[in-house]
Amino acid sequence: MFEQTGMKNNNQYFTSSILQIHHVTKQFSNHLALDKVSVDIPENSIYGLLGPNGAGKTTLIRIINCITAPDSGEVLLNGKKLSSDDVRHIGYLPEERGLYKKMKVGEQALFLAQLKGMTRHDALKALKYWFEKFEIQSWWNKKVEELSKGMAQKVQFITTILHQPKLLIFDEPFSGFDPVNVDLLKREIIGLRDKGATIIFSTHNMASVEELCDHISLIDKAKIVLQGSVGSIRASHATGTYRVIAKNKLNEEPFSVIERKENHHGFEYVLKANPEETNNLLLSNIMAQSEVFAFEEILPTMNDVFIQTVTSKTQQS
Amino acid sequence: MSKTALIIKREYKTRVMKPSFIILTFLTPILIAALVLVPLLLAQIKDDAVKKIIVIDRTGLYTKAFEDNEEYQFIFLNQDIEFFKETKIQDSYSAVLYIPEDLSVHPKSATIFSEEQVGMEVKSYLVGILKDYVEEQKIAELNIPDFKELVENTKVDIDVKTVRWGKDGEEKMGSAELALIIGMISAFIIYMFIVVYGAQVMSGVVQEKTSRIVEVIISSVKPFQLMMGKIIGIAMVGLTQFALWVVLSLVLVAAGTSLMGGDVDVQAYEQSMNVGVQSGTVDAGDTVTSEILMALANFDFVQTGVLFVIFFLGGYLLYASLFAAVGSAVDNETDTQQFSLPLTLPIIFAIYAAIYSAQNPDGPLAFWCSMIPFTSPIVMMVRLPFGVPFWQLALSIGILILSFVGSTWIAGKIYRTGILMYGKKISWKEMMKWVLYKD
Repeated sequence: MFEQTGMKNNNQYFTSSILQIHHVTKQFSNHLALDKVSVDIPENSIYGLLGPNGAGKTTLIRIINCITAPDSGEVLLNGKKLSSDDVRHIGYLPEERGLYKKMKVGEQALFLAQLKGMTRHDALKALKYWFEKFEIQSWWNKKVEELSKGMAQKVQFITTILHQPKLLIFDEPFSGFDPVNVDLLKREIIGLRDKGATIIFSTHNMASVEELCDHISLIDKAKIVLQGSVGSIRASHATGTYRVIAKNKLNEEPFSVIERKENHHGFEYVLKANPEETNNLLLSNIMAQSEVFAFEEILPTMNDVFIQTVTSKTQQS
Repeated sequence: MSKTALIIKREYKTRVMKPSFIILTFLTPILIAALVLVPLLLAQIKDDAVKKIIVIDRTGLYTKAFEDNEEYQFIFLNQDIEFFKETKIQDSYSAVLYIPEDLSVHPKSATIFSEEQVGMEVKSYLVGILKDYVEEQKIAELNIPDFKELVENTKVDIDVKTVRWGKDGEEKMGSAELALIIGMISAFIIYMFIVVYGAQVMSGVVQEKTSRIVEVIISSVKPFQLMMGKIIGIAMVGLTQFALWVVLSLVLVAAGTSLMGGDVDVQAYEQSMNVGVQSGTVDAGDTVTSEILMALANFDFVQTGVLFVIFFLGGYLLYASLFAAVGSAVDNETDTQQFSLPLTLPIIFAIYAAIYSAQNPDGPLAFWCSMIPFTSPIVMMVRLPFGVPFWQLALSIGILILSFVGSTWIAGKIYRTGILMYGKKISWKEMMKWVLYKD
């Protein structure tokens, strides 16, 4: 009956960091984009990079991709200072993405793969595999302008992961996809993680963060405001709210009832426990009053955590 | 293959495969060949229609002046001029020549009437006849025996040859006209190349930006590599097109002339090029042709060729990098205009400066404009055939190289920041700030 929250099955992987970002600061002429940001990205995990628009996420991603350089601080990949040579170990799907419209799909995918350092031969082989897997072989000789947005995104996804990078960065990967393809993509992303890749995942879709991410960093106004595993963050934001289904009516002690519904096999409650109460104490208290059909702590969604963190920071400042 | 090479290859391949490129590349030589061959062809086809001219000679002095020949037939009538106007009888005639008074007294009294605008050829033919005739009459009136022969003997054809002294004192036959033509053509080619392919660099950058592929690419290559790849790729497209034009034009002209009966009638050709200009005798025409051939043989094609390539590439690289910078700073092609104007103005100025420099190749305008890198590739090409001191050439090339290295560096800085900027109106001040960014 307990929902296991924050207990994703990959804790055993968290042994070393693939990417370490230490006190990175980036100043643009009229605003500070990143202020002493430090992030540790464990190998073989999916890492969520969250934050409101303009918080500095894209700048951080560009620094990881060596598109821009930080003013101070350092970025280490596998313990060594990141250099522009390392970009071939990185796959990057930017939020602002596109393809050459007049170029044929296959030719373009080959071009992008070769830019990442693949030989033509290897690129062809890998492309054949992915085009078959996504069942898009017939697109090979089409011009990009003949494809729909979603179709072009699929091609783009393939070109991002084709060179089997150790580190993948997806910035809003699901925008422009229908639910069927979003599902396909999610499975592929998890599959890539399981095969050993590390994924940095930036999105505003909090449901997919809960679903996919092991750890997150929340950036707001150039600073990290929240960092940790998804489970522990949600647990630490717990408000002591529970959902209980019991046979009998309950007395309001040591909790308060927020909501009560009566149905054919009893009562469904939403309760708010007193702050010092632990789950077990609360449960035994209820069990003493009635037979319990269901007991579940309601943890805040990442959406709640996001809004709460960002708005409380705004109020403070 | 290096990443820059990959980008060059992509730029080159996609552009050369474009239908517009293929059409333009093969159509232009046909046009050039037509420009050369059509006058040749026309020179060979004689106008065999006989032109009938009605002569109304009120004085009766000029009946002997006009003799019928293969091309002209003269009919002498004494009707009123109004008669022809009303009856439209002149439909079957080319023109009516009306001479009311003695031309030796009133030389401007004659008139040619016609329904359609009378051709230059007819007019100059009739004027020529009358002039010769009246002159002869006047000479005859002087009553000096053999005067006509005496006058004939005083006529001299002066044609000044231009000879350049080589360093070893060797004399070289040159031709100012030829030098001018070669200089102007090469200047114009450089001008065209910079304008056309510079604009292509700019729109290529804008397209990469608007299609949003640029961030994908610069996660693999440095922005500078992307920019240089594009500039070099497009230069190679231009060189390919240029080379094809030269080769195909030569082949077509050669094929065309041999089809037209082997040896070309050079005199007829010259005459057809100088319609209406009565230039000397057939003999003179012959010497002019041989002089041009001589001058061509003496023309230093190797030196001019090498310098052409240097100035051609230098000028292109200088402007193309700046065009790339402009392309990177704007969001769409319509916005490029206000920023590309400061770039196109010096190019247009350069072509005017080149035209004036041709008249005075050692003047201050020519000198300074062949030093300033924004005009030197075009102006120097015009000065070159007239002979430019070595130190000036070296200085000009040196400045040009330094400038394009500098402009590429500056453009690279602007480009790097610009391609990732969206939805922002950019000012010159803003662009200057980008140049000063550290990374």
